[in-house]
Amino acid sequence: MTINILAFGIAKEIVGGASTSADLPSHTTVAQLRRRLEEQYPQLGKLASYMIAVNNEYAATDSLINEQDEVAIIPPVSGG
Amino acid sequence: MVDILITGKPIDTQACINMASSPQSGGIDVFIGTVRATTKGKEVVRLEFEAYRPMAVSEIKKITVQMLQRWPLHHIIIHHRTGILKVGDVAVVIAVSAAHRDAAFDACRYAIDTLKQTVPIWKKEVFLDGEEWVAAHP
Repeated sequence: MTINILAFGIAKEIVGGASTSADLPSHTTVAQLRRRLEEQYPQLGKLASYMIAVNNEYAATDSLINEQDEVAIIPPVSGG
Repeated sequence: MVDILITGKPIDTQACINMASSPQSGGIDVFIGTVRATTKGKEVVRLEFEAYRPMAVSEIKKITVQMLQRWPLHHIIIHHRTGILKVGDVAVVIAVSAAHRDAAFDACRYAIDTLKQTVPIWKKEVFLDGEEWVAAHP
């Protein structure tokens, strides 16, 4: 399955745009997606931290991702 | 009433205060976050705020639910700006009303502290000689 992944803040600069995509096996977990993203974009691993959001919620590393989910890379937030 | 707004337009602070006021409220606590001229001694030219809007609204909503569970509040107004801001511009306004001041003060403090930790909004500081996404790197 192909997952579209939104990127914000510094993650947008790291992936080179507002979104990127990844071809992943079905029943992929958030942890597997993180590994794939860090292979593709080593700069992600150098951030202080980052989270993956699935359907507008912070996702645990063992959460499963489905093809129609809205997935996003959330680098360290700094609002306010 | 709970009113949450992520906006690319200037925040109307007085409108936030007006929305928070009510005849039952003996206190309105207002936090106004503004753009500071320097960071670690470096002169700031501008800030650029970006939000993951639907998730930011949803995370702010969670904060307001927690606030209403913990304190006897009347109204909570949270407006956050996005886009390019100059020194002195208002980035965020939080207005909280309650019958008595302790609840309003404590809840308002909780709101801004939690917003800074959980809400997907990012700011880039642009200096005379470079730029940096705040908190991105260790």
